[in-house]
Amino acid sequence: MADRKVHLKIRRQDSAGRVDTRRWEEFDVALLPGMNVISALQQIQRNPVTSDGRSVAPVVWDCSCLEEMCGACTMLVNGRVRQACSALIEQLSPKGEPIVLEPLTKFPVVRDLMVDRSRMFEDLKKVKAWVDLDGTHDLGPGPREGLEQQQLRYALSRCMTCGCCLEACPNVNDSTSFMGPAVVNQVRYVNLHPSGKLHARARLEALMGKGGIAECGKAQNCVEVCPKQIPLVDSLGAIARDTTRHMIFGWFLK
Amino acid sequence: MAVSQSIRSQSGKVRRVAVVGGGLAGLMTTIKLCEAGIPVDLFSLVPVRRSHSVCAQGGINASVDTMGEGDSPRVHLEETVLGGDFLANQPPVKGMTDAAPGILHMLDRMGVPFHRTPEGLLDFRRLGGSSYHRTAFAGATTGQQLLYALDDQVRRQETAPVVDYQGITIPGERMVRKLEGWDFVALVLDDGVCVGVVAQELESMKIEVFAADAVCMATGGLGMIFGRSTNSLTCTGSAAGKVFRQGAVYANGEFIQMHPTAIPGADKLRLISESARSEGGRLWVPKDPKDRRAARDIPEKDRDYFLERMYPGHGNLVPSDIASRAVFQVCFHEGRGVFNPVTGKNENEVYLDLTHKPESVLRSRLAGVVEICEKFAGVDPCRNPMKVCPAVHYSMGGLWVDYERDAAGSLVVGSPRNHATSIPGLYAVGEVDYQYHGANRLGANSLLSCLYGGMVAGPAIAAYRASLPRSSNDIPTSVFESAREQEEADYDRIVGQNRDAVDHENAWRLHAELAEAMLRDCTIERHDDQLDKLLDKIAEAEDRAKRIRVPDDSHVVNQAAQFVRHFENMLALARVIAQGARSREESRGVHFKPAHARRDDARWLRTTLARYKGAGEVEFVRAFDYTCAGRSVHVTDEVDVSLVQPRERSYGQAGAESVESARNEPSGATSGEPAHG
Repeated sequence: MADRKVHLKIRRQDSAGRVDTRRWEEFDVALLPGMNVISALQQIQRNPVTSDGRSVAPVVWDCSCLEEMCGACTMLVNGRVRQACSALIEQLSPKGEPIVLEPLTKFPVVRDLMVDRSRMFEDLKKVKAWVDLDGTHDLGPGPREGLEQQQLRYALSRCMTCGCCLEACPNVNDSTSFMGPAVVNQVRYVNLHPSGKLHARARLEALMGKGGIAECGKAQNCVEVCPKQIPLVDSLGAIARDTTRHMIFGWFLK
Repeated sequence: MAVSQSIRSQSGKVRRVAVVGGGLAGLMTTIKLCEAGIPVDLFSLVPVRRSHSVCAQGGINASVDTMGEGDSPRVHLEETVLGGDFLANQPPVKGMTDAAPGILHMLDRMGVPFHRTPEGLLDFRRLGGSSYHRTAFAGATTGQQLLYALDDQVRRQETAPVVDYQGITIPGERMVRKLEGWDFVALVLDDGVCVGVVAQELESMKIEVFAADAVCMATGGLGMIFGRSTNSLTCTGSAAGKVFRQGAVYANGEFIQMHPTAIPGADKLRLISESARSEGGRLWVPKDPKDRRAARDIPEKDRDYFLERMYPGHGNLVPSDIASRAVFQVCFHEGRGVFNPVTGKNENEVYLDLTHKPESVLRSRLAGVVEICEKFAGVDPCRNPMKVCPAVHYSMGGLWVDYERDAAGSLVVGSPRNHATSIPGLYAVGEVDYQYHGANRLGANSLLSCLYGGMVAGPAIAAYRASLPRSSNDIPTSVFESAREQEEADYDRIVGQNRDAVDHENAWRLHAELAEAMLRDCTIERHDDQLDKLLDKIAEAEDRAKRIRVPDDSHVVNQAAQFVRHFENMLALARVIAQGARSREESRGVHFKPAHARRDDARWLRTTLARYKGAGEVEFVRAFDYTCAGRSVHVTDEVDVSLVQPRERSYGQAGAESVESARNEPSGATSGEPAHG
């Protein structure tokens, strides 16, 4: 194993505007025990030389925690959207098959494997994905919550805004304005909380307009690719029901 | 209207405070500032939702005592200062433990999905160094949940308008302006007073300067100085290193906590939370060091549960420094780490065993732990014991910060001295400060200290700002321009240096080399001869750093150039850590020297205070003066131990009784037995 190499084929691009610089570059790095895609990219940083011996700029990519908790290192690994940190080389390439790395396609490329996902954070603002807290001073215990609902909310809360579900969704593309499954899930998460519920209507209304829940095509790709196994299809269904109910009855109840 | 209370400066620009770092501490500070009506510029390397706080697993401590055990903030204070081997100033710790239940309730109100009891109340677990169920948790991803809750609240402030004192909305201004993807470069100092921040936008690499009435560093830890650690790759300590180089005093740098259980990896060591042991996890090695059997095939009688054998009282729940040292003892000195048939060696690894617990319990209460093990080691911990090793985890040391105590020993909330660094106008909060953990941090106290720090720093900064004769916005622009020009020149130097040199260095390779030496010589066991060699190694690295060439000439996301800046700052802190360890001739908390195995309160019950004296030079001082809100303050290295008398720190004999005796015998020894029992 000591001298086995890992062969990487990486899609590169010098900057956002320079589509003309899109190209493939290939690298060979040493196979280490328990190695993941990140450690392969780190080896390129330490010795940025391609397979055919050219010195190049080190590959640029986004990462931080390396524990699949922060969501930063999301990219296409052999065509599949996932986090590079949890992509283990032994599993991807048991017999030394080349590994292909590409940036996400649903977000603008910044450089090489790095993309700009700020739209996901902007969308969280649009739907008011927060509990309207009176203040951080001590107001005593929070509302009681049953274990069952806590477990459901915990499952929903684990979204790390990585963008996998947007990448996989056919309805997120240049010709639609669909905000994607992640933000819909976030609305369901906040709306389930006893205090969050008090402003549920405003969040539902934010999802009833352009880019909202009606643009979901029910392809169900999102739930397949979510690294945290968040029940996204359930969330889309629940919010679709809630918005429909609000549309029909909401005006009477106001 | 006096300048002290207005939102706009005389120039008409909105007055802002800069918070550098968007982890828990930075976000809490930001929220507190907004509640005080102060607009904030929030700088972060990464979108704040990706900050390292997401990695905190175990939970957050608060003595709510819903289990009817008789727990109280007083006991929490005692256990925290005992765990920290009496190096922490006690008034801030008292403030923190008193405030903890209120902080936990606030988080609960924000919607953090904490685990629940059958009655729908908050559920608590017990962690190392404690005898009580005091730790609230959300799966094993508590830090992530807390960060998200605070991020949500800050996002709300991002949409909130800035309203001046007459009630008029200032067009286009929001309470929080997030600058995500910006790297802290330097402070702007005007005659020694901090008046702003120089930062670099990491896409365009543009360097800009921001006036700020005060600056708060919330930049987290420095695990990257040791290469592979449990920290995120952003935790380089660069920002702390830079402000240290700009004159801030750094305290207790030598206290670096190792976490006893992490999964080894080529890129990082992944934390397996203390909660795994809290939920019943047991550490063991085979009795026969050459045992080739798979862990699950080794019967009970052939296993050595070494923590339970060495510490029958607390067993697997001894504090992390003691557990790490025991693992080191077993692996390194006794050569009994888990045998690897492929290499024919005993690796520096032990088993962490959860297989005796029901899978449903593990998946509900330790979801994050189970997932990390499955994903990164390819092992199902419900069926197979995990192989783990100790890893650098947390820096108790950090930027020196002040506090003001009242007669009863509590903090004076609202005093501008709280969390003030030695540079006027500069504050620090979270892991980057040194305030709450002494010589060793107890599990689940870090999230609490980040939040409490933010709750105290916010009002302190507001008080400081109110004392200012004029806003930073009204300081001559030349001050800011020259700061920007200086840092631009420095960046040009980094990108341009050694461009054509034949004999040049790669920053990442040099970093890996230095980190390996730091990890080997300056962690669990420290020997003076090895530390001397390490200091030579640091000097060599400082010298070789001058030959670093950046292998990238791009003006877009030049990560290589950014890393060189960070590495240069890391070198300064590496020296503080190593030299502090060399100087301290005793063993206390995580700082363990076999040649000085006892705690020596007579000589060393004092804070290490380090000052930068130029490249490659650190000066340790016993006292200094600094100015806070116009008042001169004299600071010494004396530790305030007025609330809990120092006593021997031993976890060998007892569980709850040890805390009991801490309360009953407050006069305790001043010079303790070896802390490692």
